[in-house]
Amino acid sequence: MAAFEKLVRQYDRQVFRIAQHIVQNREDAEDVVQDAFLKAYEKLDQFQGNSKFYTWLVRIAVNEALMRLRKRRTGRMVSIDEDVETEEGSMPRDLADWSPDPEAMYGQSEMADILRRTIQGLPPGFRVVFVLRDVEGLSTEETAETLGLSIPAVKSRLLRARLQLRERLSRYFKRRDQKSAQVGVK
Amino acid sequence: MTCTEFLAQLDEMLDQDAAIPLRADLQHHLEECEHCEITLNTTRKTIEIYRSHELYELPEDLRERLHQAIVAKCRKC
Repeated sequence: MAAFEKLVRQYDRQVFRIAQHIVQNREDAEDVVQDAFLKAYEKLDQFQGNSKFYTWLVRIAVNEALMRLRKRRTGRMVSIDEDVETEEGSMPRDLADWSPDPEAMYGQSEMADILRRTIQGLPPGFRVVFVLRDVEGLSTEETAETLGLSIPAVKSRLLRARLQLRERLSRYFKRRDQKSAQVGVK
Repeated sequence: MTCTEFLAQLDEMLDQDAAIPLRADLQHHLEECEHCEITLNTTRKTIEIYRSHELYELPEDLRERLHQAIVAKCRKC
């Protein structure tokens, strides 16, 4: 048990963060953290050393979080495929460059609010890929394994998540000294 | 190279260490296309900003409470 407690202390912050990003509610995220570690403890004998413990744990936590989301939405199916359209993302034609230092434009807590609001607007299937790959630093292969997706599916969702976030953040970060640049798309 | 072809390689372009067979073509496109240059730079910044801000911190008191609950549940199973 002492060894497991050490693992809890090592990974609790990441699991909490991932859970919050998916369920978007602190109480549910607390439950996800507890259930994910409990399930990991129960299934420790099934853990095979061919993947990292962290990736295995994240997979459990993501599934718990999606289940929690489903319960909250009273039985409506929620999966990582939800709201993920298949057509290619459209290329923005009105593209504004950002201020050289967008972080200087807002205070810490205002910036955190902007970032939270912006990422919460993404469909869960994009959000979770962005969080695992870009925030938590998992590789494309680890993200695919964790979510049970193919590598091309992870790449495609990641691209669209990044572009959507970038587009939404532009509202806050675009240069104030110039109008949006109308630039041509080839 | 079109913008769509460039965007398909955006992930590799963001990873400085990635070996990209078409890197010269991509660089050439970038030099000529303001649209893709802005997209690349602001997407890179998007990732940096999200990475450098802790949006959901786990407060120490909640952390302790969660630990106790997890250990208690694990002991029962």
